Amino acid sequence: MLNLDQSSSLGAALRDALDRFALETCLIEADRDREKTRLTYSDFKEIARGLGRALEDAGFKPGDRAAIIMSNQSKWLISAYAIFYGGAVLVPLDYKLTAAEHLQLLAHSQARFLIVEYYLWQALAREPEFQNHKLQTVLVTEAPLNAELNGAYRWEDFRRKGTPEFVLRQREDVACIVYSSGTGGRPKGCVLTHENYLEQCKSLTAWYPFWPGVRYLSILPTNHAIDFMVGFIGPFVCGACVVHLRTLRPEFVRDAFVRYKITYVSLVPMVLKNLERGLRAKFAELPGSKRFLLDQAISVNKFFSQRRPDIHLSRVLLRSVHKAFGGELRAMFTGGAFMEPSTLQFFYDLGIPVANGYGLTEAGTAVTLNDFKPFRADTVGKPLPGMDLRILSPDSDGIGEVAVKSKTVMSHYLDDPELTAETIVDGWLLTGDLGRFDGSGHLQLFGRKKNMIVTEGGKNVYPEDIESVFDGLPVKEYCIFAANFIWPGKNLGPEMLMLVLRLEAGQAVSEALKQEIITLNRKLPDFKRVAGYLLWEKDFPRTASMKIKRTVLAEEIGKTLGRAAVVAL
Amino acid sequence: MRTADQTLDEILNLAATHFKVPREKLAPDEDFFKALGIDSLQTLDLLTRLENHFDVELPDYELQGVSDFRTLASRIQARL
Repeated sequence: MLNLDQSSSLGAALRDALDRFALETCLIEADRDREKTRLTYSDFKEIARGLGRALEDAGFKPGDRAAIIMSNQSKWLISAYAIFYGGAVLVPLDYKLTAAEHLQLLAHSQARFLIVEYYLWQALAREPEFQNHKLQTVLVTEAPLNAELNGAYRWEDFRRKGTPEFVLRQREDVACIVYSSGTGGRPKGCVLTHENYLEQCKSLTAWYPFWPGVRYLSILPTNHAIDFMVGFIGPFVCGACVVHLRTLRPEFVRDAFVRYKITYVSLVPMVLKNLERGLRAKFAELPGSKRFLLDQAISVNKFFSQRRPDIHLSRVLLRSVHKAFGGELRAMFTGGAFMEPSTLQFFYDLGIPVANGYGLTEAGTAVTLNDFKPFRADTVGKPLPGMDLRILSPDSDGIGEVAVKSKTVMSHYLDDPELTAETIVDGWLLTGDLGRFDGSGHLQLFGRKKNMIVTEGGKNVYPEDIESVFDGLPVKEYCIFAANFIWPGKNLGPEMLMLVLRLEAGQAVSEALKQEIITLNRKLPDFKRVAGYLLWEKDFPRTASMKIKRTVLAEEIGKTLGRAAVVAL
Repeated sequence: MRTADQTLDEILNLAATHFKVPREKLAPDEDFFKALGIDSLQTLDLLTRLENHFDVELPDYELQGVSDFRTLASRIQARL
């Protein structure tokens, strides 16, 4: 790994990595079962050089803002490197946003350059706001022959001979403007410096090192803080390889684990949950004797991995399970949303640890992570090296707002001094998340501060905390709300907590489901119990990182249904 | 060779059958995420079924930003 203390910018660190690991493979790109691209660090450097030179000719200047809107692919990383090399600021936008949202964020960030997939560019061009864009140069990837490009250039042809000038940036200079969840209203552009990223990379790789030969499967969008760090910067400064798949169809993702012998992967909780369901279904199909042997192997593995994972033993004991994941998988990363402990435990018992962490764009990437010493499924792990965490104004249970101080905390919100002043106070980033530390220094999260419910008895209740008790409920999705949050009344009366259920297509509330809700509800202390349930017929609105947009959902429910729709338990 | 209208009609029929939604509730210009009440993973499942039905390959990246049945039909029609 490079010594990042000697790097002053991401551009410098990446440039040094391309030279140092020249002959190692840095990128593999596959579409379904067809491998499209395989690049060494030296190949990567060559392609980026031509692009950087052409950008220079197009008037690209240090400090310019250049946005990328692309799904995960090699051109994303090559473009990002060319941007950093030229001393510019990268604006990575979520390709899953709508075209109108893209235009809003392009305008807010004042990006002058844009690198975008052809079909997304077409969608932008159809928007009424498109004519007001201030973009100077646009490059589109994979445009069909003879396609109308609306003034853009083809990425693949945008090349010049020669070497562009490397522009050295200082650690305190801006590297990226990253939009955290919260589009639609006031855009929150987190301004992150080169130091933020270099320090984050140092602390993450201290616990989860990469090295030449390691292969990271990049599935989470690269614009997301996690994939940007562990699917680009981290592997590159260590000489490892990133595997991009141009499809997210589960059957091809499963094959990719085996074909490319993946070492690490990051997943959102929903995909992890799907993987768990698939494995449980396969286990259930096993004939009795094989199932017995599997259960025995899991029990033995569990016993020997109580204190820490023993990857070699797990691979021997549970060979067929590990083989299905390629046989080289060391850990999966997840975070960004509340993960059910039972899912984490399921994979841990199979010898495939899931490093559950907690982070936010404003703090770089991750703030805490499970280090498996020992594994604690009910927490989001311990603070990473260099992270100073505090619980502000803890209540009698030790729960309060989590505040973070570290070199990874963003500089400010773009053009929003008020929000910056509310969020970063005396150098501490106020996360808005509620948590407490247990005796061994693991952070437990309870929910968002703004989602907290104060009961009539003055007790604090967190919807996310209650939701975890209903883990595994056989419905499509569910969440907890206080009735008064949805239907505010003049006389609040006793607060009623309720379960909002989104059933599977064709599913009805059976007596068995009702009984299961009642049984799980009884596990809760009385002040946390739900009094009823409400059926909701649409999918829950979620953020890019799959968190439920509670305020939006509450508004939708409030407009559509009345209190009478709540069925008492 | 199917006409564009036939392709669209077959997509709507297939989506209605697979996701158990009354066919008459699906309109060509409707957002299929909302109309079918499906998430992105289930959409991938729908696309795989459509590929098998029409015997074409629909790259995920070509479908970025596509959320209504009519546009989806035009992408499939272009490959028939």
